[in-house]
Amino acid sequence: MAATSRLPLEFDAQSLSTVSRRDFVRVCTMAAAAVGLGPLAAERFVEAAANGLRPSVIWLQFQECTGCTESLLRASHPAIDTLLFDLISLDYHETLFAAAGHQAEAALKQAMAANAGKYVCIVEGAIPTKDNGIYCMIGGRTALDIVQDVAGKAGAIIAIGSCASWGGVPSADPNPTGAVGAHAVLKGKTVVNIPGCPANPYNLLGTVLQYATYGTLPELDAENRPKFAYGSTIHEHCPRRAHFDAGRFAKKFGDEGHRLGYCLYELGCKGPATHANCSVQHFGDVVDAWPIGLGHPCFGCTEQKIAFRVPLHTTVEIDRPTPPDTYPPIHAVQGGVSPIATGVAGAILGGLAGAGYVASRKLTPVASDEPPKSPEV
Amino acid sequence: MSTHAAPVGGPLVTTGTRLFAGIFGLGVIAIAWRLLLGLGSATALNDGYPFGLWIAFDVVTGAALACGGYAVGLLVYILNQGKYHPVMRPAMVTSALGYTLAGVGVGLDVGRWWSLWRVPLFFWRWNFNSALLEVALCIMAYIAVLWLRLAPALLEPYTSGPDSPWRRRAITFSRIIDKLSVPMIALGLVLATMHQSSLGTLMLLAGSRLHILWRTPMLPLMFLVSSISMGYAVVVFESAFSSVAFKRKPEIDMLAGLAGAMAPTLWVVVLLRVGDLAWRGQVGALFAGDGRAVMATLEIVFFLIPIVMLASPAQRRDLGNLVRAAMAMIFAGTLFRFDTFLVAFMPGANWSYFPSVPETAVTVGLVAFEVLAYVVIVKTFPILSGQTLAERQAL
Repeated sequence: MAATSRLPLEFDAQSLSTVSRRDFVRVCTMAAAAVGLGPLAAERFVEAAANGLRPSVIWLQFQECTGCTESLLRASHPAIDTLLFDLISLDYHETLFAAAGHQAEAALKQAMAANAGKYVCIVEGAIPTKDNGIYCMIGGRTALDIVQDVAGKAGAIIAIGSCASWGGVPSADPNPTGAVGAHAVLKGKTVVNIPGCPANPYNLLGTVLQYATYGTLPELDAENRPKFAYGSTIHEHCPRRAHFDAGRFAKKFGDEGHRLGYCLYELGCKGPATHANCSVQHFGDVVDAWPIGLGHPCFGCTEQKIAFRVPLHTTVEIDRPTPPDTYPPIHAVQGGVSPIATGVAGAILGGLAGAGYVASRKLTPVASDEPPKSPEV
Repeated sequence: MSTHAAPVGGPLVTTGTRLFAGIFGLGVIAIAWRLLLGLGSATALNDGYPFGLWIAFDVVTGAALACGGYAVGLLVYILNQGKYHPVMRPAMVTSALGYTLAGVGVGLDVGRWWSLWRVPLFFWRWNFNSALLEVALCIMAYIAVLWLRLAPALLEPYTSGPDSPWRRRAITFSRIIDKLSVPMIALGLVLATMHQSSLGTLMLLAGSRLHILWRTPMLPLMFLVSSISMGYAVVVFESAFSSVAFKRKPEIDMLAGLAGAMAPTLWVVVLLRVGDLAWRGQVGALFAGDGRAVMATLEIVFFLIPIVMLASPAQRRDLGNLVRAAMAMIFAGTLFRFDTFLVAFMPGANWSYFPSVPETAVTVGLVAFEVLAYVVIVKTFPILSGQTLAERQAL
């Protein structure tokens, strides 16, 4: 998207027309495909965007490391510039802003007023609640105040990263600031949690694009995580799963098993208990760019009860702790011998042979002019 | 045709016929199952074994067992042994019934049986390079020839009845058939020679998927000769069965003579089998100790047993011994055919087949129908010749 990446930051609706429709459709299709929304979604998205209906996004950052933003910057399907300039209207983001200070705060107020009830509020980072939330303040307001104000007028609220989902690192024991996730301070609101440390940018893109295209949110699990990304455990699709099943484990970092790419479970891998799609959707569009791919155990960042709460090298309980004793059969069913059919055939054959022999014994004494004795047929 | 043949008479509904009708009824249920719910539901057939019991027994073995007419025909018409003419008609009845049921067996084995009617109509689409087509054409033509040849016998109750336009038509038809008897006999013998050998050709086409013990260009000849042996054995068995069932004088002279004719054919089969293995340098495979080697050895042993059992003239005149030898002979020929079509066939690793209960029920049911039809036909129509017990006692 060479044409779009050179667009100026301050563009008006007119500047969109400098992008050819063909290029724009291509970007939308790519984006929709990357997050599994399908080609129809792309068309609808093109329609909406062409009519100037790009969703306004307000991105709030509190107690966080900017890791989630950093990982988003490294997405390329679509690339961040395409996302920012063509697909959404990112109206407030402290890291990406050219503006600063009062100018930035003014932009926030303007975006909230212009798109009240419609904009998407993305929260990155935990919100401190102790001592009235004084441990995180921006422009003279506490994080608590800002998130309740901004999210309260939003059309959809998304918490990106483990911190915004349920506190993350700042909430680890002894949690000096009383950090909590966004949903804990937004009672009565639906907050989509996209946990991860950092969260996989594609899981955010999928959620945002679905909201932008259809006005709906993806199906969520009990912890408000989108099922399309957090529906199965890392263990289920782990590239090292064969080693687990065969009982081949790395025993310590740098040993032979570790170098051969064996299963990391005994080093404390939380994959069997962690619901996320990392094992199939790697980070930054680099193959194997995720913990297990790089030889480190999963630390369970998408699970509230594991990351920052269970020690890094403690193994988790799993349903089936030992691999099976024998390999399951790998052949398709290719016919078989039914015991009943064998029995029936055997009985018939035996009966025929027996009856024939007994009958023939009766025939032996029969002289050529004697009729044999037999029941009438 | 013998002019001394007469209907056996007697009631058609007896304990025996009821029993066979009952078994046939079970077979009909299994046939309905196969036709309505399909091969996959009713049979144990699979992609590795696309043919099974119905082809190995009903068609291939059934056609050989129905060879009585052919085997006796060779004796009577080719070797000019007119004394065997009295067993010609019953042998032809079993042949006609056996072949008809072989045709039914093939029909049941056709996956999309509802399209079968197209086959005879669209003859320009036939594959004239196919051995299977040759077998099918021969068998269908042979069935027609057999029933036409039997037609005068089956029409006799009407041609000898009260005068009517239908009676005259029946007489005319019988006369035409009688006039055509020489070409029909010749055609029948040629057709039988062709398809009995072609049944062996069928499995030869399987190439390396046929076990080395059976993979020989001699297979068609072995099928042909062993079918003649089986034909004699069946005539002996059926004649003994008739004498028991209908309380008639056993035709022991004729049966002893047939047993004598059977021995050379058996020798030919055994010598062909062993000689072929020696010629191909595969005698060692007989002693490989695997299941197929055991089956091949069993085959040869069972071909030898009737030779030993019927060695002396006294043995050939012992009716019980004769029947046992015929049974051993029938078993040997059946084993040879099952071996060639199922045991020797190697579709690839992991495939297995054993006939399902419905498959067995169909086969047993069709055999029961054959016996039932034979009993009804010989009681109603002039098929069996020779005196009945009642006639002998009257003299």
